Amino acid sequence: MRATVNGEPVELPDGLTVSMLLQHLGVRAERVAVERNGEVVKQARHGEQRLTSGDVLEIVTFVGGG
Amino acid sequence: MDELVLGGHRFTSRLVVGTGKYKDFPTMNAALQASGAGMVTVAVRRLDLKARGEASLLHWIPKDMVLLPNTAGCFTAEDAIRTCRLARELQLGGENPLVKLEVLSDAKTLLPDVEETLEAARQLVAEGFRVLPYTNDDPVAAKKLEDAGCAAVMPLGAPIGSGLGLRNPYSLQMILEQAKVPVIVDAGVGTASDCALCMELGVSGLLVNTAISGASDPVAMARAMKLATEAGRLAYLAGRIPRKLYGSASSPLAGVIGAA
Repeated sequence: MRATVNGEPVELPDGLTVSMLLQHLGVRAERVAVERNGEVVKQARHGEQRLTSGDVLEIVTFVGGG
Repeated sequence: MDELVLGGHRFTSRLVVGTGKYKDFPTMNAALQASGAGMVTVAVRRLDLKARGEASLLHWIPKDMVLLPNTAGCFTAEDAIRTCRLARELQLGGENPLVKLEVLSDAKTLLPDVEETLEAARQLVAEGFRVLPYTNDDPVAAKKLEDAGCAAVMPLGAPIGSGLGLRNPYSLQMILEQAKVPVIVDAGVGTASDCALCMELGVSGLLVNTAISGASDPVAMARAMKLATEAGRLAYLAGRIPRKLYGSASSPLAGVIGAA
């Protein structure tokens, strides 16, 4: 299925949960937050929220800033 | 004990420092320690999905320092609100999280868009955030942000990263006179004397990034800022003498030799 991750169009296997998406993308950073279609997906729900075609996802972390 | 109480935290240091624009993490870590700050700002950005296993910023921030996520780079209230919600999630959904709200008007001046800032502040306060808003040195805007429920107001001294120092001390004095929440000068500090000047006027604290990270020796500058902030605070509490046009002798005028 098609989705957008951090502004880039990507092709993903069907039926992924948010946890599986992070695994699929090789995300290892210990602290990330995920937004799906404008709404934060709480970490406790990463294992149950399933993505659907056309989802717009943002995966963010803390970086240096003032 | 002279403490800064801010958004439910108590700080012995009145200096808040940023974590941006350091040449490397070890230098940043040494500068953060030298600054003595109790709180550091961090930004929220898209994870670089190609850079795997990179060192995390958080490993290099001393564990006893409170994180203050910012909304830097946001130009609309909506983006700033989304960024704050993500920041809360990054901090594992803590109660009443602190956020530095920054909604900019344009990329050249980096001046705050006060209208969007106010709109975002109202929404974030309603969602339980403790909002520290970056704003103009405008007493009217500062009052509106305070009335919106912000935990502090953070007027600029000068544009972000400009190093111009405090350009309008009289506006700042008006903001200080009316404010019932802490006033923190955010942006514009160029060197240590700017810190001392702001603190002498009675501000509660300072937020500094570029003036430290961009100095030739960031660790030494961090220490200079720490000392200047402390010196300025002490001078404010001590109460300075009034300015006078003419001289006023320090030694007795009577008993000078050779007098008639």
